[in-house]
Amino acid sequence: MADVTFQSAGEVLVAYLSGEIDHHTAQMLRQRIDETTLRQLPRVLVLDFGGVSFMDSSGVGLILGRQRRMMQLEGKLVVQHPPAAVERMLQLARVAYQKGGQA
Amino acid sequence: MKPINTARFVFLSRSVNESFARGALAAFLAQADPTVPQLADIKTAVSEAVTNCIVHAYPGGLGVITLTVALYENGLVKITVADKGVGIPDVDRAMEPLFTTGNPEERAGLGFAVMQSFMDGVQVRSKPGKGTKVILKKQLSVKE
Repeated sequence: MADVTFQSAGEVLVAYLSGEIDHHTAQMLRQRIDETTLRQLPRVLVLDFGGVSFMDSSGVGLILGRQRRMMQLEGKLVVQHPPAAVERMLQLARVAYQKGGQA
Repeated sequence: MKPINTARFVFLSRSVNESFARGALAAFLAQADPTVPQLADIKTAVSEAVTNCIVHAYPGGLGVITLTVALYENGLVKITVADKGVGIPDVDRAMEPLFTTGNPEERAGLGFAVMQSFMDGVQVRSKPGKGTKVILKKQLSVKE
């Protein structure tokens, strides 16, 4: 099970991810994040992993795909608050992230 | 060396079973009292192996995935994830980081790299048309 809730302030859209991110749940998360992003067209999309209890490399695919989309929209993507298990995966995949957050 | 306990789980290659596989494995391994990071490593590696079967083994259809766990006295855990799918024509190439035959927009191509990094041993045996078997090993720290 996984979930995502959104909060937006100005040109920043924050997606708070929670639960377990794998190939199955990533499909649903991707769809919901992309729908909200296209509707709000933020300058910065923040993916917050604070509530994520498990993530395999499907989560890396989710991040890289959103990064590509934000570049197409001339915006940028920020990854923040990864718990230890997620942090290890991000380091392996060499994905940049912020330990704390801006939201 | 004989295992002190084993379990086998057989399930269809539906993506909803990725979390089932992790949960079943964690429930079985509880008896070995792994540390939190060790259990996280094993769950992640198995999730990658099972996802590979689901995404690649049975194109356009469903098939069976067999997950076997064996626990040894010295704290060694041996896990086998096997399918009877299309097989991998070039295992060495498939194991290269970033190589993927999945959708490159959404798949990172890191499955085998994660298994190798998070486990102590990874072996892949595959025959085109016959299926693929991934063997994962992890040495749990033995507690006093």
